[in-house]
Amino acid sequence: MPSTMFDRIWDRHVVADLGEGWSLLYLDRILVHDLSGGRAMEELAEKGLRVAEPRKVFATPDHAVSSAPGRTAMTYRKGGELLARLRARCAAEGVRIFDLGQRGNGIVHVMAPELAIVLPGLTLACGDSHTCTNGGVGALAFGIGASELAHALATQTLPQRRPGTFRIRFEGARPPGVTAKDMILAAIGRFGAAAGTGMAMEYAGEAVRALSVEERLTLCNLSIEMGAKVGMVAPDDATFHYLAGRDFAPKGRLWEQAMAEWRALPSDEEAVFTRDETIRMADVPPQITWGTSPEQVVAVTGHVPPLEAARDAAQRAAWEAALRYMGLAPGQPLIGTKVDWVFIGSCTNSRLSDLRAAAAMLKGRRKAPHVTAWVVPGSEQVKAEAEAEGLHRRFLEAGFEWREPGCALCVAANGEAVPEGARCVSTSNRNFVGRQGSGARTHLASPATAAAAALAGAIVDARSF
Amino acid sequence: MQPFRSVTGPAIPLMMANVDTDVIIPIQRLVGTGREGLGPYAFERLRTRADGSENPDFVGNHPAWRGAPILLADENFGCGSSREGAVWALMGMGVRCVIAPSFGDIFFANCFQNGLLPVRLPIAAIRRIAEETEAAPGNARTTVDLERQVVITPRGEEIPFAVDARKRQALLEGLDDIALTLRQREAIEAWRARDRAARPWAWESVA
Ligand code: SF4
Repeated sequence: MPSTMFDRIWDRHVVADLGEGWSLLYLDRILVHDLSGGRAMEELAEKGLRVAEPRKVFATPDHAVSSAPGRTAMTYRKGGELLARLRARCAAEGVRIFDLGQRGNGIVHVMAPELAIVLPGLTLACGDSHTCTNGGVGALAFGIGASELAHALATQTLPQRRPGTFRIRFEGARPPGVTAKDMILAAIGRFGAAAGTGMAMEYAGEAVRALSVEERLTLCNLSIEMGAKVGMVAPDDATFHYLAGRDFAPKGRLWEQAMAEWRALPSDEEAVFTRDETIRMADVPPQITWGTSPEQVVAVTGHVPPLEAARDAAQRAAWEAALRYMGLAPGQPLIGTKVDWVFIGSCTNSRLSDLRAAAAMLKGRRKAPHVTAWVVPGSEQVKAEAEAEGLHRRFLEAGFEWREPGCALCVAANGEAVPEGARCVSTSNRNFVGRQGSGARTHLASPATAAAAALAGAIVDARSF
Repeated sequence: MQPFRSVTGPAIPLMMANVDTDVIIPIQRLVGTGREGLGPYAFERLRTRADGSENPDFVGNHPAWRGAPILLADENFGCGSSREGAVWALMGMGVRCVIAPSFGDIFFANCFQNGLLPVRLPIAAIRRIAEETEAAPGNARTTVDLERQVVITPRGEEIPFAVDARKRQALLEGLDDIALTLRQREAIEAWRARDRAARPWAWESVA
């Protein structure tokens, strides 16, 4: 019977059938971070349990560490305390930790593909909803809560209910100036923030095949913003080329054996998905959000929708509340909206190609004087590579801050925040109320759109700027 | 885990869609607060105004619904981040059951890990409960009975709901998943041995 890539990976990892669509699933890799990792491991110890397979667990501090240049663990004291607990438990359990300043440290979903901790065909879980990012290399990766994390660590397995499958095909060539971020925001705008609930996404089609692995990671990253725990792109030569030689990639004979398996992963031509949709790339211009849900998104050249366009009273009320919070009016154009902050970073858009795209917008110009613009590379490695290319100097010369790797303003868990009422164009993934700081107003967009906004001091169309 | 059999009380009519876990509990509270202390910060950004005073427009601040054990919401409740603190905060404010048309997947799973029951009902049914509740704030009582798998509205209408048999059993008995899985130790060992032979590349690259 024809099957999907998701089915193949799922079926291979079933340890026991628990009935009613539930399976005990084996986890090839587990990732932990500072915000929940230390606590989950402490909880295990309190129950008298140990980490089952410490060599398959990897830790990195990212959420609650300061991004200030020259930071130490204690620059943000509360984060430093969380990190101390994570370090202690990792040492006690024999779990590898990629600590601050070390090669390999970074945002958990940036460092995992970068070190080839995640590989095609593997299952991976992490106590973070954007674990779906890792599906960009063809893995089955999903986020879990703290209790499930403790379970995963204690047993290297998780009881999971099999989700449905949802494929989105992006057909046609990508128009110039349109990024992977724009593609996934457009999909969320079209299908809604709950369309993927209970589903595993697969992204396919000509435009996806043409994406680099870094761009596929961006695409999969926002699957959770459509409600899906899992997002995947089939592995191909681009994937293999990306992974070859990285720290935890198989080597020699093992690499050959792995490649043979990986080539058989992609979904069969005739495979049937629970839901199958197509988006024509000609219909995907650069996107920007106007509200407080990622589904509240329009073309950057577009307008906030008029309230009459709401499908019912509940949506109308949600739009009104969002516009009140965002300080915007129904029907107003996005272009020209004054911007106070720009954040280039997060597990969505903090990889080297993102920083290159942002730097390419600068062309020797300086940011608008009233704008605070931050660039936070996703990992130590991204930072080192960007500096080797001189990107950091270009950002600094343009008046941007060049900071230390971590989640930083994406979630504002590290003592850094966008001020109350300030408007921020952000390359992250959530524009929720208060996400970037109490009262902060977030517009999600691509690195190019964000960099252009910093220069103009307002939302602009990066294609003509 | 706290077992759940049935609960009766007022239902907070928070009829919003896409209520995300950042709104349920701000991340800053999770960095500095233990899981027991989160209740006062649940819905902090809706509950308080910029100057720190109470926002009278937030339904959870209405005297009739303070400490209510049931929460009503529109679709996609608990979307966004995986933070289990969202469940701990809801429980901390007294909520034992959330009724919504749909839930964020990770939040949904987190609820069952902690003895909070998420119930999926059609939006029309939830609106009826909300209307009956708002018609008699302070007096209206809703019951959610997990044993019989019914919601009983303030006017006495019984609405059946579906729940996974596995999760229902665990909630009724307050069972912990880890203990159950550890009983599968032999199956896990056997799987590991087979996989190690079949996919050495997945093992040796991290050994
Ligand atoms: S960068 Fe943002 S979305 Fe990504 S892991 Fe960190 S906090 Fe979560």
